[in-house]
Amino acid sequence: MHSVVCIKQVPDSAQIRVHPVTNTIMRQGVPAIINPYDLFALEEALRLKDRHGGRVTVITMGPPQAEAALRKALSFGADEIILVTDKAFAGADTLATSFALASAIRKIHESHPVTMVFTGKQTIDGDTAQVGPGIAKRLDLQLLTYVSRVAEVDEAGGTITVERRAEGGVQVLRTALPCLVTMLEGSNEMRRGSLPDQLRAARHELTRWDRVAAGIEDVTRIGLKGSPTVVNKVFTPSPRAEKAEMVTVDSGRAADLAVELIARIGGRFPVVEAELARRAG
Amino acid sequence: MSNDAPVKKKRKFELDPRLAAYKGVWVFIEHERGQVHPVSWELLGEGRKLADMLGVELAGVVLAAPGEGQPFCQEAFAYGADLCYLMESPVLKDYRNDPFTRGMTELVNTYQPEVLLLGATTQGRDLAGSVATTLATGLTADCTGLTIDLDNRSLAATRPTFGGSLLCTIVTLNYRPQMATVRPRVMGMPERQEGREGRIIEHPLAMAEESIITKVLDYIPDDTRDKPQLPFADIIVSGGKGLAKPENFQLVWDLARVLGAEVGASRPVVQAGWVELDRQVGQSGKTVRPKLYIAAGISGAIQHRVGMEGADCIVAINNDPNAPIFDFAHYGIVGDALQLLPALTEAFRQKLATARRAG
Ligand SMILES: Cc1cc2nc3c(=O)[nH]c(=O)nc-3n(C[C@H](O)[C@H](O)[C@H](O)COP(=O)(O)OP(=O)(O)OC[C@H]3O[C@@H](n4cnc5c(N)ncnc54)[C@H](O)[C@@H]3O)c2cc1C
Ligand SMILES: Cc1cc2nc3c(=O)[nH]c(=O)nc-3n(C[C@H](O)[C@H](O)[C@H](O)COP(=O)(O)OP(=O)(O)OC[C@H]3O[C@@H](n4cnc5c(N)ncnc54)[C@H](O)[C@@H]3O)c2cc1C
Repeated sequence: MHSVVCIKQVPDSAQIRVHPVTNTIMRQGVPAIINPYDLFALEEALRLKDRHGGRVTVITMGPPQAEAALRKALSFGADEIILVTDKAFAGADTLATSFALASAIRKIHESHPVTMVFTGKQTIDGDTAQVGPGIAKRLDLQLLTYVSRVAEVDEAGGTITVERRAEGGVQVLRTALPCLVTMLEGSNEMRRGSLPDQLRAARHELTRWDRVAAGIEDVTRIGLKGSPTVVNKVFTPSPRAEKAEMVTVDSGRAADLAVELIARIGGRFPVVEAELARRAG
Repeated sequence: MSNDAPVKKKRKFELDPRLAAYKGVWVFIEHERGQVHPVSWELLGEGRKLADMLGVELAGVVLAAPGEGQPFCQEAFAYGADLCYLMESPVLKDYRNDPFTRGMTELVNTYQPEVLLLGATTQGRDLAGSVATTLATGLTADCTGLTIDLDNRSLAATRPTFGGSLLCTIVTLNYRPQMATVRPRVMGMPERQEGREGRIIEHPLAMAEESIITKVLDYIPDDTRDKPQLPFADIIVSGGKGLAKPENFQLVWDLARVLGAEVGASRPVVQAGWVELDRQVGQSGKTVRPKLYIAAGISGAIQHRVGMEGADCIVAINNDPNAPIFDFAHYGIVGDALQLLPALTEAFRQKLATARRAG
């Protein structure tokens, strides 16, 4: 079993603040973390290794600082880490990102044949959920998105059975290995790294691939050049033209406020009045 | 933009002549177990506006099992489609990535639409990402606004960035089709026009079951009986961290019961475990469009706002007169939610009882 897990380093969104006056993002001092959704992918790959043996390779495309995310992945028990980093990757949209990652995974496959590729459901910054499907199509792997449970892996038979979250229920799917799985959040719980793994994480040698090492010749397929989507402008959401109509009463009593509010809604919002009438009737 | 910034000249843009042949706006009609997902109708409503701006036709795309698709096409006409592309095949019985990607890609290559919209659902996102990669075109995710830049006939798609604190507009200039996904309930439901008709263009899919590697072994429908159904609720009462203690959240349930409403919550309330995840309203939860949304002890952070600002009437109860929620609610009451919630419960109870007696 050889699983490749794709992780992305993202700013800890819980700590992002927008400057109240300039409305710009205040990124200074915001810690970078492994995209939380990717931990479910990593844990699932580690569980497969626990059960079937083999190895787990973790890969990210990003700036040199993304090394920290990879080392964190090692501390949980990953075997190998690869940082795909090159100035030429800058400005990539999902199409260019999946192109670069697919090339790197093909390269990994040359030395250690890959059984499974895992990604998270989506990231918390770009938040598109498009990179997983993109990699699968480029590598011609069967695509299993929103997987809530890996029910069974039959390595000898070369099949995998999973439960996939659909809109109104759960699909049980069986497909052939190798395949690409995007893991749903809450599907497992990340283990605590063992002490030996934590020690190893600090010392382990990082494999760093630039564009050429990742097997990419055509620079028009990566970075800004390889990205069909262009961000035209960034702006702050506009406030509604009018602010709330404040409801007050002379007595200041809650009961009177409630009655006053209901009377005012009835006057201005016939749809709400009709809805209430429906409920009464 | 600051005043001294140089005036940006509009970049001259010539569409590749091969791409200029791409015409029309398409909406993927998503269905599962014989039910069309309402997001498809919402997208037809939005697609109608785009098609009219461009002066082109609006088409629904139906991929289904033999005999299944016709009624979906008729519905699509009622919601504004001029025509439907219908592809029926036994391999399209359940949603699976391979046959659907193949079918959609083939339709796009044959009939060449300039815009293709899909719902940002588990099915729509699975398909959109695959189709965009196969066609090597741009895909903008989770859009909250779509319009046409008439200078160059390009789709301008607006989406939230950085957890919703900012918006950005994304274009896909020299690629066709321009693809975008939109979450359910972000766009309003268009008026249904009974008896409206359209053309159906049937197209076969030459794909045998034996060539498809992934098999559907089973489908376990969700038990929806006890599941909250926020996206389609007409009245929602939501509570936030301002309620301070989980016991106090009972006041939200009490008001909701009297109103026959669903209960919603802000993220911190969900994270504290007071209510289940399915009740979270906002950027990383559900998008809702009720007729009445009552928010008690919710500050009105942008990530909450994007999930509920489509409500017809928003009532905010907050003890801080400067809370951001008063910037976009329709009615505001400055006061203690712990007193106002029970007062509202009583007042609505009486109103409904009076209406019942009268009615
Ligand atoms: C605010 C914002 C909005 C954007 N909107 C769009 C858009 O609408 N369309 C578009 O095409 N691009 C968009 N982009 C660009 C896009 O975010 C980048 O291409 C990004 O590198 C990958 O997309 P994602 O973060 O959405 O990942 P997702 O597709 O959400 O990620 C899914 C999974 O893929 C894996 N993965 C993703 N990125 C990497 C990586 N760099 N290294 C290793 N594994 C990875 C992870 O396992 C992750 O869980 C946007 C970027 C930003 C910052
Ligand atoms: C990436 C990202 C995604 C997010 N997604 C979501 C999301 O989907 N949904 C969401 O809701 N949030 C989301 N958030 C969090 C969001 O930024 C806010 O932190 C959150 O909405 C605040 O919740 P709140 O209003 O309940 O709590 P608070 O901000 O703590 O506000 C509590 C409010 O209650 C008022 N109050 C206090 N006591 C009383 C009282 N006795 N009576 C009346 N009012 C009182 C206070 O004045 C205050 O305004 C997200 C954040 C990020 C970064």
